[in-house]
Amino acid sequence: MSVSAPIKFSVKDYKADLHNDWCLGCGDFGILTGIQMALAQLNLDPDKIALFSGIGCSGKTPHYIKAYGFHTLHGRVLPVATGGRLANSAVTVLAMGGDGDGYGIGAGYFVNSGRRNLDFTYIVHTNQVYGLTKGQASPTLSKGRKTKSMPEQNIQDGVNPIAMAVAAGYTFIARAYALEPKYLAGILVKAIQHKGSALVDVLQTCPTYNDLYTKEWYEGADLPEKKSRLYKLEEHGYDGVVKDPADLDEIIMKKAAAVARSYEAEPIPTGIYYQVELPTYEDAVNQRIPALAEKPLVEIDTFHRDVDPLLEAMR
Amino acid sequence: MQKNRLTWMIGGPQGSGINASAEVFAKSCSRAGLRVYANIEYHSNIMGKHSFYRVRVDDEDVRSYREMTDILVALDHETLAGDGDHRRWPTHYGHLHEVSQGGGVIYDSDIGFDPAHTGRDDIHFYAVPFMETIKKALEEVGKGDQARRYEVYKNTVALGASLALCDYPLQLVSEVILGQFKGKRSEVGQLNVRVARLAFDYVKEHFDSEAFPYKLTPHHEPKARILAKGYEIMAIAKLKAGCHFQTYYPISPATDESVFLERQQRDHNILVVQCEDEISSINMAVGAAHMGVRSATATSGPGFALMVEGIGFASITEAPGPVLVLYQRGGPSTGLPTRNEQGDLLFALHPAQGDFPHIVTAPGDLRESYQDVFSAFNWAERYQLPVIVLSDKKLAAIYTTIDRLELKYDKIDRGENFTGSEWTAVEAKGNDLVRRDGNGNGKGDVHEYLRFALTKDGISPRSRPGIAGGRFWATTDEHDPDGHITEGVEMRMAMMEKRMGKLDLIAKAIPKDQQYGYYGPEDAELTVVSWGSPKGTILDAIRVLAERGRKIGFLQCRLMRPFPAEDVEAILRKAKRLCLVEENYSGQLGSVLREQTGVKIEERILKYDGRPFSEDELVAAFSNVLSGAHAEPVVTRVR
Repeated sequence: MSVSAPIKFSVKDYKADLHNDWCLGCGDFGILTGIQMALAQLNLDPDKIALFSGIGCSGKTPHYIKAYGFHTLHGRVLPVATGGRLANSAVTVLAMGGDGDGYGIGAGYFVNSGRRNLDFTYIVHTNQVYGLTKGQASPTLSKGRKTKSMPEQNIQDGVNPIAMAVAAGYTFIARAYALEPKYLAGILVKAIQHKGSALVDVLQTCPTYNDLYTKEWYEGADLPEKKSRLYKLEEHGYDGVVKDPADLDEIIMKKAAAVARSYEAEPIPTGIYYQVELPTYEDAVNQRIPALAEKPLVEIDTFHRDVDPLLEAMR
Repeated sequence: MQKNRLTWMIGGPQGSGINASAEVFAKSCSRAGLRVYANIEYHSNIMGKHSFYRVRVDDEDVRSYREMTDILVALDHETLAGDGDHRRWPTHYGHLHEVSQGGGVIYDSDIGFDPAHTGRDDIHFYAVPFMETIKKALEEVGKGDQARRYEVYKNTVALGASLALCDYPLQLVSEVILGQFKGKRSEVGQLNVRVARLAFDYVKEHFDSEAFPYKLTPHHEPKARILAKGYEIMAIAKLKAGCHFQTYYPISPATDESVFLERQQRDHNILVVQCEDEISSINMAVGAAHMGVRSATATSGPGFALMVEGIGFASITEAPGPVLVLYQRGGPSTGLPTRNEQGDLLFALHPAQGDFPHIVTAPGDLRESYQDVFSAFNWAERYQLPVIVLSDKKLAAIYTTIDRLELKYDKIDRGENFTGSEWTAVEAKGNDLVRRDGNGNGKGDVHEYLRFALTKDGISPRSRPGIAGGRFWATTDEHDPDGHITEGVEMRMAMMEKRMGKLDLIAKAIPKDQQYGYYGPEDAELTVVSWGSPKGTILDAIRVLAERGRKIGFLQCRLMRPFPAEDVEAILRKAKRLCLVEENYSGQLGSVLREQTGVKIEERILKYDGRPFSEDELVAAFSNVLSGAHAEPVVTRVR
């Protein structure tokens, strides 16, 4: 067997040649860059990456990335990605979508995907508005807030995605900021490397419809000391990684700490809130179907099954 | 005396285990070379409500049930007299009135039933002490004080007593029972056999079984037939077709198929996922299909109502699947969860927004189900679209003998596939790849692989993640050959034509005998038109009337989309007289036929009480149609 020199992919190898129609200054550009940087850092073969997205501005992300891309249905990205991942475990699966997509119409799938702990990374573009339909309140906008695109104040409260992910069972839970793509890339690298379901909730600016949570707001431009409204957990002695997954007390403590941090409103913590190594859905499936431990489902020959014994048993 | 032709029924509260004895009885008959058609009726309830299992046995092929029962076994009073005494609106009137002249009723002497005032002095009554029989058997093995724990053995008492009446060898039933309890549980089997024997002996000792006119005799050299349930055949067809992946959400009457497959995971490398709802089920299945595996799901009406967006998704993204078996049940909404109806034909034909291609087929019996489910996977991959196989509660739950289960069309066809990075669609298809200037994205001289290439026949060879150089994008938006979003006028039209054009290809490719069937004489005085599960009942009813000299033909519509309009129209126009048979309220196939062929069938036999047609109902309805010269449109609402 001849061994060829390993290919080294760079960020440009993940850039698709397609006109981008996001608004000027959209936070999505930062997320796109962050994803491409992470893929390059991990040196993943574009032919072995499958990106799944929901519907909305964020749903267009896979079109701008050179990899297999599936722009699916509103709210259903996780089931589609789950089917994809189960069919071919040799492919790296990334799912992405907006906060309305993931925490509103897709909330049921968000929760149930956490229960499975399948190995994928879910990137949520959290910008508090439905952008593509012109700025209605999304599920993360707090009660009483009103963006310039809304006729009235929000009369529903926002959900807490981090706390929801903790309760649902995600085993890697992090938050990043869209306009810090390098930091986001670092988080994404860890999320993709993590074995299990990873949520990366990305605070994203919508310059067109969200005049509350702007770049300037996150930077604290209005504050007297001009101090950022974000801070990095790891810079403040926080460590959300469970050292002993067999230690239920440690798991509960770390989960509680993650939830407590997730309610901090100003400044907002970014970084890894919680991480634990637990058996994945794939591990469980491989127990049931030993052949899957050898090769992905798509490569298993299912076309020479002998069903005669099943029929014979019916005599 | 009537030999080898009877209907046996056992009724009792849900949870009392009537299935076990009915299925043992059916199996012992099938193994002895007799034909069996058995069906169960039960409530959407776990314990207590009335359920019954009917087993029709014959030397000839039987494909439906009869109205009259020759041996009725009652585990409770309600089975005989209905629930009128404790319900404001009775749901049924019991089965006593269904017992045929000269037939017999075996009942538990503990249920407080007195045959004296039933007005049925034309039938035999056999009071059997069920619990006492069980107790006696337990005493034989030193467990006489534990009788209450073995109440479920009443079924076995019923079985033993029945066999005594029809002079059927107990040995044949014992073999079936012992075969079901092997290894550690063999003691359970032994005890059941003991109970059956005591019940058998009790009837022989206390009653004149010779006088009972319905007898069963095993064949000397019995033909080995399969005795199968519909959902098992569906599941085995999926295995045979190489299905890798099945998703489901629990729903009656579709769940059994998925649970059957779940049991086969280790042996057959099929991955079965129980999802959080049907939206998840269909979308997982679509995701898996795009990833290159043969994927499937199964549901019933309420679940299908949730799945529909996934059908459109699969179709516009040209996913090679999934195959969806839709087990219809009584609608609308939650409707009649455990009862039969053919109410979802129009829904399956138009499940989601927009015009998109998909295949809908409606096999009429288990052999057709086996073939169509197998073929569905080939069609899904060759034409890259979702395929719906319409079944129903009746086909899912019937337990019937099948001579052979074979595939006439048995080749696996995985369609056209991208084969490598040097490959171009131009070379592979030998025709123009892209219409020039499709909204600025199309380039006439493209040489790289394009997943949604505008080929002449509309089929673009498919790829999947993991294949080097086969990268593509797929989107539920309208898209260009790369799979990127477009709203361009030319590209939109080209893509619609590409996708919709596949229906014509399919119509030409699917063998005619999988599209429709005609049974009976060419010069029929009446042509019955139907689809799906009434097929067997129609054939049985036609056979009965043929013996009376009536010439009835039967046009069975099977492929519903694309619909074989020309051929079907020719048959309809040639027919002397037409009559539609459907188990729904509005005559949905009638609507399809009128839309597709312009022919309006005036005479309609419809049933929507949640129970399938019996042979007798159709014999009566056909006779009615034949005898009357109706000037007005006639709807015969059976029951």
